[in-house]
Amino acid sequence: MLVCGLLLTGGLYAALAPAQADTSQDEAALIKEGRELFLVGCAFCHGQNGEGVLTQGGSQYGPPLTDVGAAAVDFQVATGRMPMAQPGAQAPRKERVYDDEETEALAAYVASLGTGPAIPDKELYSTEGMSDKELEELVVRGGQIFLANCTACHNFEGSGGAMPRGGYAPKIRGVDSKHIYEAMLTGPQSMDTFSDGNIPPEDKKAVIAYLNELDEAPSYSGFTLGGLGPVSEGIIAWVGGIGVLVGFAVWIAAHTTRSSKKKDEAAA
Amino acid sequence: MSVDLNPDLSKVASTNGTTPATTKGGKAAGAIATWADDRLGLGGAMKKNIRKVFPDHWSFMLGEIALWSFVVLLLTGVFLTLWFDPSMTEVQYDGAYDPLRGVHMSSAMASTLDISFDVRGGLLMRQMHHWAAMIFIASMMIHMLRVYLTGAFRKPRELNWVIGCLLLLLGTIEGFTGYSLPDDLLSGTGVRAADGFMKASPVIGTYMSFFLFGGEFPGDAIIPRFYAMHILLIPGILLALVAAHMLLLVYHKHTQWPGPGRTEGNVVGYPMLPVYAAKAGGFFFIVFGVITLLGGLFSLNPVWKFGPYDPSKVTAGSQPDWYMGWPDGLLRIIPAWETHIWGITLSWNVMLPILVMPPLMLMILMALPFLEAWITGDKREHHLLQRPRNAPTRTAIMVALMTFYGLSWAAGGNDIIAIKMHLSINQITYFMRGAVFIGPVIAFIITRRWCISLQRHDEGKLLHGYETGVLVRSPAGGYAEKHLPLPEGKAYTLTARDDDPTPETVEEIDASGATGRTARLRKLRAKLATVFFADNVQKPTTEELHESQHHAEHELHELESQIAAGPNRHGPAEH
Repeated sequence: MLVCGLLLTGGLYAALAPAQADTSQDEAALIKEGRELFLVGCAFCHGQNGEGVLTQGGSQYGPPLTDVGAAAVDFQVATGRMPMAQPGAQAPRKERVYDDEETEALAAYVASLGTGPAIPDKELYSTEGMSDKELEELVVRGGQIFLANCTACHNFEGSGGAMPRGGYAPKIRGVDSKHIYEAMLTGPQSMDTFSDGNIPPEDKKAVIAYLNELDEAPSYSGFTLGGLGPVSEGIIAWVGGIGVLVGFAVWIAAHTTRSSKKKDEAAA
Repeated sequence: MSVDLNPDLSKVASTNGTTPATTKGGKAAGAIATWADDRLGLGGAMKKNIRKVFPDHWSFMLGEIALWSFVVLLLTGVFLTLWFDPSMTEVQYDGAYDPLRGVHMSSAMASTLDISFDVRGGLLMRQMHHWAAMIFIASMMIHMLRVYLTGAFRKPRELNWVIGCLLLLLGTIEGFTGYSLPDDLLSGTGVRAADGFMKASPVIGTYMSFFLFGGEFPGDAIIPRFYAMHILLIPGILLALVAAHMLLLVYHKHTQWPGPGRTEGNVVGYPMLPVYAAKAGGFFFIVFGVITLLGGLFSLNPVWKFGPYDPSKVTAGSQPDWYMGWPDGLLRIIPAWETHIWGITLSWNVMLPILVMPPLMLMILMALPFLEAWITGDKREHHLLQRPRNAPTRTAIMVALMTFYGLSWAAGGNDIIAIKMHLSINQITYFMRGAVFIGPVIAFIITRRWCISLQRHDEGKLLHGYETGVLVRSPAGGYAEKHLPLPEGKAYTLTARDDDPTPETVEEIDASGATGRTARLRKLRAKLATVFFADNVQKPTTEELHESQHHAEHELHELESQIAAGPNRHGPAEH
């Protein structure tokens, strides 16, 4: 028994200790690489040590990044929101500037500045390996959590909505599951932070499962017109309904009775 | 589009006949008809009405869209009642739509989901019913615009105008009660808003709300109550008013555009049978077809995505259906005006846009024919229509109202405009606050002057002919475009209108010895009438027309001789 215990402990140590050493070395290298990238691409607004930059008027130019964590960096940089192309009400999603490795380095550097959530592991948001029944229950629960917490800004099918002063809750359909998880965790831009105390990881996964279900489910009812609700429906009623019907009315009134086919041909 | 001024009338009956048509031969159909006629006596009534003449113009078919979409509403509505359960009893959904299975919801919502996912053709019927409702109200509105802008509301049709306005109001309420029935998140938000609107009424608000909901919102009574209104009460009144509307149409006879052979005393067109029965019947199938296509192709109110109503939930983009959009827009842009007095809050920010404006707009709409008749002093019957340009102030009033409506309506979609056009919702709101006041004024002025310009253009065509596009070079080297006289039929049509009456002057009223309130009213009316007709172009006199005709003939001869003598008489010069 004792031998077994020793063997196990020793084996474990042998397996893990060198790896840890490697990891910390890698980590340091990564942070160093991240800092170099940071100084070039981020420091102008966020300060050379991520302490944030104030404008002359005292308002925030770039916020401090000392306690945002790796998850925030991964979300902002991997969705292309950061670096911003120009100041504005909100940083829009755009083509990303940094690739996966660079993003990882930046995240490692910013995470080293202070506290903050780490990049979530895949098992937190992935529904792989769940049985159909489990998944279905998860989707049902996620839908209700989604409707209670998300739709007020992001709309009933995640098509997005308006926020004050030119801000907006972006469309969240077709977004990578990891990024949805990170958004909930870090509350980017005008979004609230849905911490694990507020929406536990299992519920975050449920919301993501529901959004994926919306993406995968067919549109049972035809073209969804952007999934924006009654405004786009009203436009269709007027353009595709009344517009077309008035066109037909003009057509019917323009074609008056014909006495005979022959006469019609003669007239033409 | 051009109006056919010389319709082929060869197939129009020249007489109504004095002896009833009798069946010839012993055909079975004829025998059945005779059998029925002997007992029902419909032949006499039919004989007159199947020959009833309707004039032909596309704009006369807009009301028909409303009628036919109403028929579609009745048909699809009956289908939906077979499965819909108007109850707020809480049930656990166990139908075919997976993402809601096991969720607690009202029976109304569950049965709506069943209609959508478990009843064969149910989703198509639901969407057709809803699209038909959107089109029903839209077509009533464009029909109303046509009636107003062509002056068809004038005596003797004022009451039919009022009935039409009531139909529009009832259609709107019918729509609201209808889309509230599924008890989904979006419609529940709308009902919650309606509850808030009622509670904004001073003193009686809370009582009204408790009365309607059978207690505090949401209670369990509102869906069954809306259902009774939606499938029984309002459709009943709607049907009765539609019948009255159409009986008055038959009684008054249809208005027509002026033209050769068309007078205030006749109707020129085609008979009900076979022409109009075919046209109107065909149009019914077209309306049905378009609504079916919409129902089959375009998503409308996907309740399964909204989920059941829950007062703690809401979705971005919560708008009412389009016809409730304009008060919603006013509600969105009004500043937060409230008065606190004696412990009571008066919510002007809710009362003004929701409780004051819609009834006010409806009253303005209903009063328009009477106001105009009072201002113009016109007590004659009118069966010939006016072109919008020939009543510039009237046209401008409607365009101003439409502008107000349109801007308020757009404000109702301010969030969608903001995200789709990358604008700030605040800036849209500030803009709209000004625009709903300034826009109608600008629209009024532009429309009025535009109409008067078109009148001048008509006058120019009558007096100087139409532009031929033929350029003539004079011996001196100058170029001029030749004008040719309008064809007689066109000239007749342009001149087939009354001159505007000359309003009384203040001096005349003073001279007539009227005093007190009567005189003040007459003076006000005279001033309004002066403004109403100001700057309108009257049609040319007969003398002016004759003179211009002589001139035109002379010009024509001159042009012909110039062409005959000119170098290009055989086309391009030959070398």
